[in-house]
Order: sequence, then structure tokens, then C-alpha cells
Amino acid sequence: MIIKSIIGIVAFLVLGPFVGGLLAGLDRKLSAKMQRRVGPPVLQPFYDVGKLFQKEKQTPTRFQDFYVLLFVIFVIASGVLFFMGGDLLLVIFTLTIGAAFLIIAAYSSNSPYAEVGAERELLAMLAYEPMVLITVIGFYMYTGSFRVSDILAGDSMPFLPLLGIFFGWLFILTLKFRKSPFDLSMSHHAHQELVRGVTTEFVGRTMGWVEISHWYENVFLLGFVFLFFANGTALGWIIGIVVAILTYFFEVFIDNCFARMKWQFAFKSAWVIAVVLGMINLFVLYICF
Amino acid sequence: MSAAYVTKSPWVVHYDGSSCNGCDIEVLACLTPMYDVERFGIINCGNPKHADVFLVTGSVNEQNKGIVKQIYDQMPEPKVVVAVGICACSGGIFKDCYNVMGGVDQVIPVDAYVPGCAARPEAIIDAVVKGLGVLQAKRDAMVAAGDAPAEAPAEEAAPEAAEEAVTEEKKTPAVPPIFTMAEIKVNTMDHLKK
Repeated sequence: MIIKSIIGIVAFLVLGPFVGGLLAGLDRKLSAKMQRRVGPPVLQPFYDVGKLFQKEKQTPTRFQDFYVLLFVIFVIASGVLFFMGGDLLLVIFTLTIGAAFLIIAAYSSNSPYAEVGAERELLAMLAYEPMVLITVIGFYMYTGSFRVSDILAGDSMPFLPLLGIFFGWLFILTLKFRKSPFDLSMSHHAHQELVRGVTTEFVGRTMGWVEISHWYENVFLLGFVFLFFANGTALGWIIGIVVAILTYFFEVFIDNCFARMKWQFAFKSAWVIAVVLGMINLFVLYICF
Repeated sequence: MSAAYVTKSPWVVHYDGSSCNGCDIEVLACLTPMYDVERFGIINCGNPKHADVFLVTGSVNEQNKGIVKQIYDQMPEPKVVVAVGICACSGGIFKDCYNVMGGVDQVIPVDAYVPGCAARPEAIIDAVVKGLGVLQAKRDAMVAAGDAPAEAPAEEAAPEAAEEAVTEEKKTPAVPPIFTMAEIKVNTMDHLKK
């Protein structure tokens, strides 16, 4: 049990950024192919972060870098808690604290662009948070435990009983990955009215750390997708990993097919999805199990 | 950390001064699937704080000199300035206007010049790629001077030192103009013939 936890922690800490960075590189390559471009090398995200660490250190206020540091720590901690088989409630609360510190960091710079980004990030958080809670509650109602290790040890896949919740989670992943149509707080394709939203004032290695923690965060969020399929058997693990990767590329596809929506749409649609798919699924679980 | 990452992901910020917008549009043309600068890792990031390369099109006048200078000052070292188009190089046809100061090098140090009216996308890409050599040289100078990005107090000492190095470069340009006017003319004629 403890050995499994330690393996999970080490694997996440070491492999997390590699997998996350590689996924980001494949994302850019695939997006380029979809737009009939050649696109950057697959390792481009690593070059970008390497470059950011070679830049001069510059910051509008030293508090910003402190908050960013806390963001990095909490995001990594939530992933560590998840991959060591910890409590799902603790995992999502840690992730929420991490997201909150990113918003505080953006506010602390007093830059108008960062502030608009921070406000929109706050709205995005309000939009996706109910569905995150419903997902965790759904896992609890089906498996009888909040612990990831218990869910993994279960003999049946939670996917079918949690079908509605799975699609609800898929929907808010777009918000969490900050992909179009919900890239309202911070666009990967800049040169827009926001400049770079939340990350506008992050320079050099501060920005590098934010990128790295996004890689960690993406791997961890795909871990949730994996959890819908994983059970005690090897087949469940394989299906889980394959579906998690397919989910990521599905998000890339969505990203390339939509323009950015207004925050009102993001908010309303996320709550409608949470109520319709999430609550009905919870109700069915309540009746049947 | 000695690997040359600075040359592998040059992020660009673009500013258009007083011009006809011709070069402006050619810069944006570089981003299209036709030229696709992202294959060199070049991104138009629209944020001076994330940028490594400053592309200026159009000449500098009394109203926008402050803006050009501010964008330049907000960019963290190492950074490179590329003057795109003849207006950005020398003032071009606007040279004799009462309010035009001339090329971009009147306000900030320029590392690479791209003549042409309008500058062709190939020439702009070539200039950015050549500017990477300057970027690497500046990074090496940063490391040699000991103000690697980790040290915060470098902020006070760095700008003066960097400026000195840059002005020296201006006298003996590290990157000579990429195309002579004659070459540009030939290229353009070839293109028209096709």
C-alpha cells in the first residue's frame, strides 16, 4: 500500500512534466496540421520553458512571484495526493486553493490585463466548480469511498453508472484546460484583447513555472478521466489510459473548431450541464445503488 | 542551462508606427499557413513581457516614440529589435515629414534591418532567424557578466551595460542588412514573373 503510494508520487513528480509537455507539443503539432501548417517541433514546449528560464528576472511586485510559487506548490500537491491514491475531496480542495493563488497573483500585479484575466478566471472557477464536486460525489456514491486507491481497486468500471458525470467532466475539462470556446481568462493564442490575461505580468522563470505547473495540472486532470475506466484489471488500465489520451485530443479538436464565447455562456452552460447531466446521474445512482 | 534555448523559441511582439500598414500586413502574413513561422518556434505573443524579438514596422514620430521606447523597456533581456521595411529602417517616404524622426534606430537600438517596400515575408523571417544570432550573443554576454536571470539586483546594473554593448553593435552592426535594395528588386521581379 505504502509502496504503491510512493511509486505513484515519484512517477507523477518525474514523469508528470514530461508527459504534460509532450501532450502540449502534440497539441500544437496537431493544431498546426488541422490548419494545414507544418507546426513547431513536438518538443517546442520544452524549448519555450528552457528559454523562459534563461530570461532576465523581472517582476512588477515580489508578492506576485510568492503567490505563483504557492500556486505551483498546491497544483503539484493536488496531483501528488491524487496519484498516491489519496482522498478525492482533499485533492479538489487543494487544486481549488492552487487556482485561487493564481488569481491572487494576477490581481497583485495591478495590471489591467492581468486583472481582467483574473476576474474571468474567477468566473471560470465558479462555472466549473459545481461539476467537479458532483464528479467526486458521484464516485463516492458508486464506490462507497472517496479514496482513489479504493476506487482503483473496485472490480467494475465506474464509467457506465457515471455516464452523465463523465460527459459533464468532459465539458468542464475545456474550462480547466482553458481551451476555446472557454479560453476566456488566458489564451494560448495571444494577440487578443486580453494580451495574455492572467499570465500577462509573469516574466521569465515565473512564467516558466506556471507552464510547468500547467503540465502537471493537465496530467492530473486526465488522471480523473482515467479513474472513470480503471478497475482492478489490466484491461481497465489500458482502456483508461487510451481514453484519457483521446480525451485530450478531443479537447484539441474542440479548441480548433470554436471561437471564444463570452463568460455568460461559459457560466450558464457549465451550470446547466452540471444540473442536467450531473444531478440526474446522482439521482439515478441514489435510486439504483 | 547552457543549451541554446533562446534561439529555439523566439517570441515576437509587433508594433506598427507611422506607415501605410503594408509591412504590418506582411508581418501577419508570416503567421499564415503559407509561411507558418511557428515551425521555427516563433509565436506572435502580443505581450512585450513575454517577447524576445521586437518587430517594428513604420517610422517613428513624435507621438509614438514613447510607445516604442516603453515596449522596448518592458521586454526582459536578452532581446532583439528588427526594423521591418524601409520606413522602419530610415523613415522611407515619410522621412521629410515635419513630425517624423526617421528610422526606429533614432529611439531604440536596432539589431537587424529589413529593407523593402513592403518587406517580403521571406525577408522578415530571414531577419528574425538572423536576429537569433544576436539573441544568443546577448545571452552569452549575460552569462559572462554573471547576471544570469536568477539574480534580482542585476536589474540596476544590467540596462547600462546592455545599452553600451548595443550601441557598440550599432556602430559596427553584428548583423548587416539582410538584403540590399538591388536584391530585393530582383526577388520581387522574379516573384512577379511567376
